[in-house]
Amino acid sequence: MMDNISTFIKKEFLHVFRDRKTLLMLFGLPIVQIILFGFALTNEITNAKIVVCDYAKDDASQQIIGKLQASQQFDIQRILLSHKQIETAFKDGEIKMAVVFPANFNSDLLHQHKAQVQLITDASDPNTATAISGYANQIVMDYQNELMPLQRVPYQIDTEVRMIYNPELKAAVNFVPGVMSLILLLVCVLMTSVAIVKEKETGTMEVLLVSPFSPFLIIVSKAVPYLALSLINLTIILLLSVFVLGMPINGSILLLYAVSTLFIITALSLGLLISNRTASQQSAMLISLMGMLVPSILFTGFMFPLENMPYPLQLVSHIIPAKWYYIIVKSVMVKGLGFSAIWKETLVLLTMTILLLVVNIKTFKIRLT
Amino acid sequence: MDTVIHTNKLTKRFGNFIAANEITFDVYRGEIFGFLGANGAGKTTAMRMLCGLSKPSSGTATIAGFDIYKQTEEIKKNIGYMSQKFSLYEDLTVLENIRFFGGIYGLSDKQLKEKSAQLLGTLGMVSEAKKMVSSLPLGWKQKLSFSVAILHEPKIVFLDEPTGGVDPVTRRQFWDLIYEAADSGITVFVTTHYMDEAEYCNRISMMVDGEIKALDTPAKLKQEYAVTSMDEVFYELARGAKRRE
Repeated sequence: MMDNISTFIKKEFLHVFRDRKTLLMLFGLPIVQIILFGFALTNEITNAKIVVCDYAKDDASQQIIGKLQASQQFDIQRILLSHKQIETAFKDGEIKMAVVFPANFNSDLLHQHKAQVQLITDASDPNTATAISGYANQIVMDYQNELMPLQRVPYQIDTEVRMIYNPELKAAVNFVPGVMSLILLLVCVLMTSVAIVKEKETGTMEVLLVSPFSPFLIIVSKAVPYLALSLINLTIILLLSVFVLGMPINGSILLLYAVSTLFIITALSLGLLISNRTASQQSAMLISLMGMLVPSILFTGFMFPLENMPYPLQLVSHIIPAKWYYIIVKSVMVKGLGFSAIWKETLVLLTMTILLLVVNIKTFKIRLT
Repeated sequence: MDTVIHTNKLTKRFGNFIAANEITFDVYRGEIFGFLGANGAGKTTAMRMLCGLSKPSSGTATIAGFDIYKQTEEIKKNIGYMSQKFSLYEDLTVLENIRFFGGIYGLSDKQLKEKSAQLLGTLGMVSEAKKMVSSLPLGWKQKLSFSVAILHEPKIVFLDEPTGGVDPVTRRQFWDLIYEAADSGITVFVTTHYMDEAEYCNRISMMVDGEIKALDTPAKLKQEYAVTSMDEVFYELARGAKRRE
């Protein structure tokens, strides 16, 4: 029997390798996406236009303004006299952020060891807003640290925004896990469903079902090449992100591969479900793209922050497997967390997979009778 | 005579619709058995039940001596099948197709080597062995498809409208292959639309509206209906049909 399976798997690999265009797309896509996201469509900000409203006009505020001006990220357009002008500046669309220093900024800092800076950002573009306020915050922190050695009691300048895990605000931490979930979905759902439906369409599925080869093994053999391709793709993405984008894998690589394999199996079962319910390659492709990929792009959280969505849509995001995988990958890869931090998300994925497989086995049997 | 297919009141219902109604017939070893009927008469449904692709609603049947309900695995090892749609992999070479289908029937590497060499020789396709199936003319594909279906030397081979869409000369050549297979002891169960092909069969059955309305040798059927061709026999029987596709 093992002989038969290897014959079958070999044949599946032949199908994959013969279809050069698809193969090129499979391996080209992640590379192009990574490069594009990494260098062209980056969220990193340079020379963002800002305004400053300085009520303090003292040493501390001037020094921070100097630092903002000197940084590559910011380009101070004007120094405003009143915060009333801020709104107009935003409305004119010329600025991304306003920095407000209250009166007595320096004296608060010196005497109370505590002062506040207000950062106002244009939240209609939430990604840029968070990124920009993060940069500004960093610069304020730098200044605060410079003051440190001079005084025994630490100074504290409060800014509203706090950024952790991603001090450089590299865009890679968002899109690498995102690209990973999308590519795996694409390969596993789309390719698997199309591969199986193709056999139905050409009539070879009937011939296989008449043969003594077990239907369950047909499915397993079909899935194996795509599992292998996905793992290769995953490796390519990880290599690119580490060596080209300079984004290290902070957590355990083994854990990353283990959860990825789980997610691949989830996606394969989804592809199988689609192939069980459709009769033509076109409909399989359409359902995979419209029904799986588009919702995954929308609801995974790497393009559009889920926190900014209305509550009902946030609920919808819970049933998207890619969302959970995305959270896991970010936790392991970026934050370097272990299994104890991601067991809940893993459990969700595992439950989804088991459910899908049960439905698959049931419907596959029905189809045979 | 050895009975290789025996059915008794085999019935398939889809809800209220009876696709095949109490079909009873025997097919003997080495016979070429034609299974005829208009579109929608229930031929494909009946054939799918015999191949184990579809479970009967009631009735009994044995295929190669094995029970259709309980011994499906044994049946699968003893039958070959060529589907209506052309059923080889277009993106594999001729040799790869032969190896694959032989492989899933459990032929050993040694057997596969011998068989594929022999098969390519008989079909005169030695120089095409490494060519993609998609590049072959339809007639060749069908001959190859048939040869692959009997590669594992089954007791019975089921052919579902095997010659659809090919020219008469190729069809005639295809039937030569069928005769060869029958001579070697393989029972051939074939559905067809072509009445000239019906003449080539040893015996034929006619399905109308899910039931077998006639079953005999082509000569006797023509005699019975007092006509000169199978075309007319078919017309006599099928014009009473209520079902249309």
